[in-house]
Amino acid sequence: MAFFLEVLIGGLLTGVLYSLVALGFVLIFKASGVFNFAQGAMVLMAGLALVQLFEPTYIGLWHFVGVGALSAAVVGLLVLRTVRGGTFAAAKGDWRIHLPKIVAVGAGLLGGVLALAGGAKGWPLWLAIPAAIAVMVAVAWVVERWVLRPLVNQEGIILFMATLGVTFFIDGFSQTLFGSNVYPLNIGLSKDPMFLLEGVFEGGILVNKLDISGGVIAGVLVAGLAVFFQKTRIGRALRAVADDHAAAQSVGIPLNWIWFIVWSVAGVVALVAAIVWGSKLGIQFSLTFLALKALPVLILGGFTSVPGAIVGGLLIGAGEKVAEVYFPVVTKFLTGTAMPGGVEYWFAYVLALLFLLFRPQGLFGERIIERV
Amino acid sequence: MDKITNRLAALALAGAIGLTGVAAPAFAQNEQFIPILSYRTGAYAPNGIPFANGMSDYYRLINNRDGGINGVKIAFEECETGYATDKGVECYERLKAKGPTGAAFFNPLSTGITFALTEKAPIDKIPIITMGYGRSESRNGAVFTWNFPLLGTYWTAANIAMQHIAKEMGGFDKLKGKKIALVFHDSPYGKEPIPMLTEMSKAHGFELVLLPVTHPGVEQKSQWLQIRQQRPDYTLLWGWGVMNSTSVKEAAAVNYPRDKMVGVWWSGAEPDVLPAGDQSTGYKALMLQHGSGKFPVHADITKHALGKDGSQSKPDDIDDVLYNRGMVNAMLGVEAIRTAQKRFGNKPLTGEQIRWGLENLDLSAARIKELGFEGALKPLKISCGDHEGTRSGRVHQWTGKEWKVISDWYEGDDKLLVPMVRDTSAKYAEEKKITARDCSKES
Repeated sequence: MAFFLEVLIGGLLTGVLYSLVALGFVLIFKASGVFNFAQGAMVLMAGLALVQLFEPTYIGLWHFVGVGALSAAVVGLLVLRTVRGGTFAAAKGDWRIHLPKIVAVGAGLLGGVLALAGGAKGWPLWLAIPAAIAVMVAVAWVVERWVLRPLVNQEGIILFMATLGVTFFIDGFSQTLFGSNVYPLNIGLSKDPMFLLEGVFEGGILVNKLDISGGVIAGVLVAGLAVFFQKTRIGRALRAVADDHAAAQSVGIPLNWIWFIVWSVAGVVALVAAIVWGSKLGIQFSLTFLALKALPVLILGGFTSVPGAIVGGLLIGAGEKVAEVYFPVVTKFLTGTAMPGGVEYWFAYVLALLFLLFRPQGLFGERIIERV
Repeated sequence: MDKITNRLAALALAGAIGLTGVAAPAFAQNEQFIPILSYRTGAYAPNGIPFANGMSDYYRLINNRDGGINGVKIAFEECETGYATDKGVECYERLKAKGPTGAAFFNPLSTGITFALTEKAPIDKIPIITMGYGRSESRNGAVFTWNFPLLGTYWTAANIAMQHIAKEMGGFDKLKGKKIALVFHDSPYGKEPIPMLTEMSKAHGFELVLLPVTHPGVEQKSQWLQIRQQRPDYTLLWGWGVMNSTSVKEAAAVNYPRDKMVGVWWSGAEPDVLPAGDQSTGYKALMLQHGSGKFPVHADITKHALGKDGSQSKPDDIDDVLYNRGMVNAMLGVEAIRTAQKRFGNKPLTGEQIRWGLENLDLSAARIKELGFEGALKPLKISCGDHEGTRSGRVHQWTGKEWKVISDWYEGDDKLLVPMVRDTSAKYAEEKKITARDCSKES
């Protein structure tokens, strides 16, 4: 019983971490109808950016300076846009038309110099995390400007294919830029095991503190997203766009800006996932495989539901771990020979497909009713 | 917008044409072409990079210091496989006919790719060198004419690992009733040791617990919870790439003692322990003879290869386990070519001629010393019936800062190995309708 509970709890906590990646998919799908296959690659990119800034000893100084400059330029542009009332626009001939370039270059230089001054020590976490967010905002801007905007009004499948392209680009480019090693990320989250209910079960139930931290971080993130979506002006605009692009546009909600925001938020979610998974495994290429772990979570939970991503993650996490551990037992009972495990990868999809048979839109997905 | 698009397209086309020109160098007639199947990207890159660096640097050394192998320059080219079998086969097809005499041999650096190329090698007449990996039964050169699992197979490795465990426990008789777990990469590679371990478990009465880990091995919670529940006396690790460091971390997460873990020689390098930090201290692994650290040849590498002709190595990394392994692997190939040249002349040779060189490779202690590999390798002699050449290994342990050799030399037990190799290779010959060579008639 204790062992079953241990596997179940371990699975649930792993499931929460899958949810972290699935959340990024849900956000973008809700707001733009785009299934963003690049979410796993964004986790890698965010993690690499953070580790560059936080512990640059792993990589060259000039990479660190480059990332510092990029993040400062992004922050400069965002500040400028806010100061000028949400726009960069200026009349032809007005000197202010050049202001974004001036600010980007100026802030970039300042960031570069700051990074250089920090040298091999890197930045403290309170500065490195916002800077990594700025890098993800830059990625969001590039994706919106160079991938989504030219493809506006295209079929969903075209946009999906475009995100596939983005995935391979980010995967390959990040490795070219930052290398392919495993970079340990140690931001102070404890990795020690702890034992629950030691009085009830011999040896207690083992739970890893890092998984608990991951669960708490995921909870805070979901709460934050809920407030962002429900209580803020931008959140309401996002929900409006999610409901109907054309209607939202007709009441003056700028679609491009909204897409940029939602990709930026997905970038932040990717960074959180990278922090938790990176603390566990180190920042490394295999983080992109997390996208494949998020797929069954999405199938099960629904593509448009934040609670669905959480519940889906829990079910998939617990389901696959229990299946992996008890598969040899069940096969021995059925056939007389215990088959070794190695089933958790495909079992997650079997579980998701089973749910799909009964609820094609997923557990919490919106039921689409079209009247002819 | 259209204009810009057209210009971009024209630029891309020009770039592509330019790159094609660069990517297809003209080979001189006096060059021996050696392909390198490598993986510098993807989940296995942390381990693939140092190996590829060691290999290519050794070829640079031979070219820059000696002017090639007896005057025949080495032309080498890397092809990225990402450790994927399909890409490996694609690389093989693309490179097999390159150079004036075609590829000298292939080092697939993947058991999956080895399985695929084993079928192709006899047709193309190109030897496949699988140093420390590949099909264990391919030691039998009478059946596997083109395969050369030099220095050790996985059956040898499993046998040596169990010898070490038995020694630590106080003898093979102490294994009775004990539990040994095998955490393995769920692939042809990871499954290779199972027949040997099964044989040994029957012979010595220990229970073997098999725990497969799916590619790439970053999710191992269920396997390690089972280890916590079953409490094996020792755990063998047959992983590769990020799977290894993840295993060490998960072992720490369930409080499993690291000094009760013994990894295969592909699970015993710096990238396998460094990412886990202090949690790796005490972890043990087999050595494919050599370990980390420098031996005399490193001085020449520093002088003639580092920073030259596109070398990607960093000076601090050239004493790492996998860098050394890449170098040893390259050296054995070069010495096989040298052996073949004695018979066929100092000129670029065909794969078939180099196969003869491999089969007649005989490295004495004096020659190993002359080559600068003293202390890293024991003498080895390949023959028609023995394509492995030697079955020696040691164990090293991670101290938290470096690998420390903790055992004497072990020799693979031929009483177990020979019948297994004979029976399995005979079965393979029957399946593939191969007539085994009569090794007594080979010279």
